[in-house]
Amino acid sequence: MKKHLLSAGDLSRDDAELILTTAEELRSLADRPIKKLPALRGRTIVNLFFEDSTRTRISFEAAAKRLSADVINFSAKGSSLSKGESLKDTALTLEAMGADAVVVRHWASGAPHLLANAGWSKSSVVNAGDGTHEHPTQALLDAFTMWRHLGNLDGRRVAIVGDVLHSRVARSNALLLRTLGAEVTLVAPPTLLPYGVDGWGVETSYDLDGVLPKADVVMMLRVQRERMNAAFFPTVREYSRRYGLDGRRMANLQDHTIVMHPGPMIRGMEITADVADSDRSVIVEQVTNGVAVRMAVLYLLLGGSEPALSKNAEGDE
Amino acid sequence: MSTTYLIRNARILGGDAADILVEDGRITEVGAGLSADGAEIVDGEGLVALPGLVDLHTHLREPGREDAETVDTGTQAAALGGFTAVHAMANTDPVADTAGVVEQVWRLGREAGHCDVFPVGAVTVGLQGERLAELGAMADSAARVRVFSDDGKCVSDAVLMRRALEYVKAFDGVVAQHAQEPRLTEDAQMNEGELSGRLGLRGWPAVAEEAIIARDCLLAAHVDSRLHVCHVSTAGSVEIVRWAKSKGWNVTAEACPHHLLLTDEKALTYDPIYKVNPPLRSAADVEALRAGLADGTIDVVATDHAPHPHEDKDCEWQAAAFGMLGLETALSIVQATMVDTGLLDWAGVAERMSTKPAEIGRLSGHGRPLAAGEPANIVLYDAGATRVVDPTETASLSRNTPYAGMELPGRVVATFLRGKPTVLDGKLA
Amino acid sequence: MDARDVSRALTRIAHEILERNKGASNLLLLGIPSRGVPLAQRIAAKIASVEGHDVEVGSLDVTMYRDDLRMKPARALMRTDIPSDGIDGKVVVLVDDVLFSGRTIRAALDAMNDLGRPQAVRLAVLVDRGHRELPIRADFVGKNLPTSLVEKVSVHLAEFDDEDAVLISGTSADDAPSREEESR
Repeated sequence: MKKHLLSAGDLSRDDAELILTTAEELRSLADRPIKKLPALRGRTIVNLFFEDSTRTRISFEAAAKRLSADVINFSAKGSSLSKGESLKDTALTLEAMGADAVVVRHWASGAPHLLANAGWSKSSVVNAGDGTHEHPTQALLDAFTMWRHLGNLDGRRVAIVGDVLHSRVARSNALLLRTLGAEVTLVAPPTLLPYGVDGWGVETSYDLDGVLPKADVVMMLRVQRERMNAAFFPTVREYSRRYGLDGRRMANLQDHTIVMHPGPMIRGMEITADVADSDRSVIVEQVTNGVAVRMAVLYLLLGGSEPALSKNAEGDE
Repeated sequence: MSTTYLIRNARILGGDAADILVEDGRITEVGAGLSADGAEIVDGEGLVALPGLVDLHTHLREPGREDAETVDTGTQAAALGGFTAVHAMANTDPVADTAGVVEQVWRLGREAGHCDVFPVGAVTVGLQGERLAELGAMADSAARVRVFSDDGKCVSDAVLMRRALEYVKAFDGVVAQHAQEPRLTEDAQMNEGELSGRLGLRGWPAVAEEAIIARDCLLAAHVDSRLHVCHVSTAGSVEIVRWAKSKGWNVTAEACPHHLLLTDEKALTYDPIYKVNPPLRSAADVEALRAGLADGTIDVVATDHAPHPHEDKDCEWQAAAFGMLGLETALSIVQATMVDTGLLDWAGVAERMSTKPAEIGRLSGHGRPLAAGEPANIVLYDAGATRVVDPTETASLSRNTPYAGMELPGRVVATFLRGKPTVLDGKLA
Repeated sequence: MDARDVSRALTRIAHEILERNKGASNLLLLGIPSRGVPLAQRIAAKIASVEGHDVEVGSLDVTMYRDDLRMKPARALMRTDIPSDGIDGKVVVLVDDVLFSGRTIRAALDAMNDLGRPQAVRLAVLVDRGHRELPIRADFVGKNLPTSLVEKVSVHLAEFDDEDAVLISGTSADDAPSREEESR
């Protein structure tokens, strides 16, 4: 594995599978009397959040603490308009504190990339979501959840539905799922698909009903109502009718098909309550898996003298 | 200091070697084996002699952002780049939208003395795109403004653009348009393409530039005025300008060195040193710009030299300022992209970096041939040299060159402004 | 040792465990991955054939508890498989292939500390090659193999290596063992 986890595209298939199998081992920790492992004793992990995300922060915090790391939460909120705390000064501060890893959430696409490569700090950088770019640990926990339900993802069909344009989850999932051999279809109105998406190596569709019967996984993305004001779609009602997952559409799914959502959900917009609460829904499990996957990532990056070696990279370094 | 210089064996416009005698600010003789008593000899052996370069598009930042650049430092950079005249863009603070501000900039240029500074006047008050600035007052001022631009912002209101094009006819002015449809580029960060989608950076579609250029060409034709298009960056824009020219309309266009060399792939680094307006485009666009510059569709190379202090570039891409330095590297980039590729000879370079821009700016004392009787604005250039760009060595106050660490061909050896060297041996004289 | 020697050694260990424990009740065999796990399973099978009922078997990965964790790149975890009712009050027999420095067993004792409180912990190994660096000894030993430090002991098991054998190799590099030696 590379020193940083900035993009799901940084992971080779071996890396990704190593993370999933490690997460599988670590998942059982939740069932043990002492939910703690000593692997990261004495390591310092900083959660650096330039954007609010309580869920992601708590998930990383739990993961780090279960591995016995020291965790420092650093909230440096600033909107993109008022620049807020300078990324560089923050990085220098963290470096001075001796952080071994920085888990960074930022409103600007590429900020973790900058943190890792600008020479400000020596820490490992884990991208916990940057702008509209990527969210690789979310993709890993999604893949882990699929893998637990469906086994090997080779040839599995995953439909990712909703605001792909603004979704870092969609970008990371598209990259990782391809690496793992799955066939991804992005489903959205044309306004919410990124320009140039044809070059991503995934299928795209404007027609949810055409995609659902073949899907093994349906991942619904959050769609903000405010997008309506920027003419991405006419009304919430029209969006829900064409791209929302409701009980009627769920009836067209295959028996084994699971329904996912990275949260937070907007019930009634992209997904109805009966779908979100149905047996197919693995949304709560995604949260549990998030901790295990993040433990795996932190362990494999920080547990040894250097990040875990990929099978095919062994001996190269 | 001697007022007589004898440049020996320089290849005029890259042609045969000849001597150039410079006396009292003018070229008095050009030929083989010249001699002059008491003249200071400048060895031009192996050097290309070009008329002093003229930049139609320079940001000198003074007044207002003297932390980024001053007229003095910016013109030093210009002289080192072989320029004898620069047009200082109007987006200063205060904006150069009155006779007072343009005269101040013009005067600062005269005092610095490294090259002539011709202020560009704002088209609209405060670059707000609402009311015309006092274009006539600026034209009549000591600064003698002929080029008007809201550069940095687009004159997007069609009526206002029409009026500006009409109004400047009274004093043979030209409106230099920063073509950027504002709604299509809200919060835009980089060229819209597959890469912008992947990187999660808001896309800047080519059409936002092309739509404005097309509209303005039609407007210029309709009111029979002069339009200059700033920093053309897309293949489509080249096509539109080519079409407008084919109609015989009075449209000129410029391309920037960085758009002739760099592509949007640079954004993969998320290093805002590559963040520029208009953005770096695709390789196909780069090819089209080179072809357009070669065939004359694009009339001039302009630097869009845009200094920014370190902190405005040492941050997140989205938070960083747009722009890159250009004056000290322009001629090298043109050599690398146009001359060394066989697309342009040195006479062509002289036309696009001196003659044409002087013509568009209506500068009588610049862009003249290297011939007896002409003002002695000369640059001597060693096309055989190479250098590695070191940002800490720039004369500019800022360091935001996108070429740091790159090996570039060529080196400006000497620059003469009206017979007086501003640069000798590659250093400020 | 060849396959028959290995089998005889495991049979003896099975009997010794039964004797020491006075039967198979309350026993949990925990193999230390990778080769300790099939050894634990084989011993369990032998006990079952003697006693007529199954013995609990599991596995215990000690990677995260190793004292040399930070001396190498991060290592892949191996399987930990603990019965759902845990280890509290049970007699746990740790099973490993080679006992050497004793550091792996120390790590295993630490790992168990986070899992619960057994009634007793015993240690069974196929080979004891000496050179202990910690005050640890095995309760059940298949074979004592006095070795020099420059020698390498390789345990081959059919589950991994298509044969059962214990080999001692010299120092020559091309005679590399099929598995990594216990860390020292």
